[in-house]
Amino acid sequence: MGFRYEVRLSGSGGQGLILVGKVLAEAAAIYDDKNATQSQSYGPEARGGASRSEVIISDEDIDYPKATNIDLLLALTQESCDKYYKDLKDGGILLVDSEYVTQLPRGNFRNYKVPISEIARSQVGKVLVANIVALGIITELSGVVSREAVESAILSRVPKGTEELNLKAFRVGLEKGKALKEKD
Amino acid sequence: MQGNEACAEGALAAGLSFFAGYPITPSSEIAEILSQRLPRIGGRFIQMEDEIASMGAVIGASLVGVKAMTATSGPGFSLKQENIGYAAIAEIPCVIVNVMRGGPSTGLPTLPSQGDVMQARWGSHGDHPVIVLAPYSVRETFELTVRAFNLAEQYRVPVILLMDEIVGHVNEKVRLPHPSEIEIIDRQKPMVSPEDYLPYCQTEDDIPPMANFGEGYRYHVTGLCHDETGFPTNDPAKINSLLRRINRKIERYRDDIIEVAELELGDAEIGVVAYGSTARSARRAVIMAREEGIKVGLLRPVTLWPFPEEQVTKLADQVKRIIVPEMNLGQVAQLVKCSAEGKTKVVPLTRVDGEPISPQQILDLLKK
Repeated sequence: MGFRYEVRLSGSGGQGLILVGKVLAEAAAIYDDKNATQSQSYGPEARGGASRSEVIISDEDIDYPKATNIDLLLALTQESCDKYYKDLKDGGILLVDSEYVTQLPRGNFRNYKVPISEIARSQVGKVLVANIVALGIITELSGVVSREAVESAILSRVPKGTEELNLKAFRVGLEKGKALKEKD
Repeated sequence: MQGNEACAEGALAAGLSFFAGYPITPSSEIAEILSQRLPRIGGRFIQMEDEIASMGAVIGASLVGVKAMTATSGPGFSLKQENIGYAAIAEIPCVIVNVMRGGPSTGLPTLPSQGDVMQARWGSHGDHPVIVLAPYSVRETFELTVRAFNLAEQYRVPVILLMDEIVGHVNEKVRLPHPSEIEIIDRQKPMVSPEDYLPYCQTEDDIPPMANFGEGYRYHVTGLCHDETGFPTNDPAKINSLLRRINRKIERYRDDIIEVAELELGDAEIGVVAYGSTARSARRAVIMAREEGIKVGLLRPVTLWPFPEEQVTKLADQVKRIIVPEMNLGQVAQLVKCSAEGKTKVVPLTRVDGEPISPQQILDLLKK
């Protein structure tokens, strides 16, 4: 079987995880010309409740669009971290927002505890874009999509008038991701 | 692009110009997109007070000659049933999209299910004709939406596009066909003058030509059993001829209507019958099993109703057992069992917890 990379973005409803999934999948599929799917699972609430968005990136046709053997897990809440780390593969990347996730699971994972919300708040000026900061970190850590592809996908997906804010958040995330990789 | 987007695009490509509906998860994107697109091309979008009225509006629009559609899910599909029966007996072409979510009742608004297979066929009372198509990918959602309109127009029946939450919400890369590559079928209009027009006459092909309201042809439309003029009748011979004709219309064209997809069936010793998003899991399971040397193949009904009985009977002749994974308690498994006629063992694999059936689950059963 060919190359298959699985990402699960998890947290609570309203944190923008489905948007991040769509941007990541579009970056890979449209701008990097790979195959990608994005799917989602959330509760009936408009805000709150467990929410997850999954992206599969592959060089062949993707039949099953759900993640079962995850390469990279983003957890923005302790609940989502506790619930989903079991699907993370041996040596997989676990990225958490250290403000909300304090207990890391045992296991052979590459753990990254990053104050994602705090970075969005202090370095971008809006905690709202924590999702896009996380996208920047994911782009660096995974190396599965190109920076240019993600920037193009951000511009095509975010609401009009927020392009600069989101691009800034993305670049702050990229820088953070680069710094984390250098520490490894 | 998302499955729901592909459905809206397919409808527009097929010539949709009227949508009436009441938004409901997980089908809402279809209404959302069409509310923006239809007014720009001179079409009409109307959000009605509920699903019953939406279905009524679709029927009215189709009677004046435009291609009309509604989209719904779960409880909304239940509400539409009475008017679907009306469209069936009055032979009014229309497309009903049902993006299946967990049920019964309000059930699981955001989670996938395939629990409406029987309802799609028998949700409305009485012996009535309907066609049901089940796409398994975003690209196929586009194609089958176009086909749904074509079948509705050709056979003057309600056609149900039975999607599920995964197909509706999954985003994947698609290349849509150029408009010149898309075949569009329009209903037959009468060749006779308004004075000689019999709206429900017996024709050689069982499909009477349909006049547009507003073009001089005045006729009666009713949900009551009617004669060739469209007026109600209690004459047993006329009732018999109407009900047999509207149902025969589907039976005699089964070969044209039924579409199945096959994977690795040639030398298969085990068969999997799966449809909609579950067929994606089944496809992966077949590929994984083949790598382990298990001779298994997939039969995927693209048309769910009329059910591809002959194809399943043929498969039953060939394999030692048939596995039927589906996100309900065995609705299609029962149909497969009937079509297998005892020639082979039929094993249902059911799931109703709001989670999809994984390829591994199917693979485990294949190895047993």
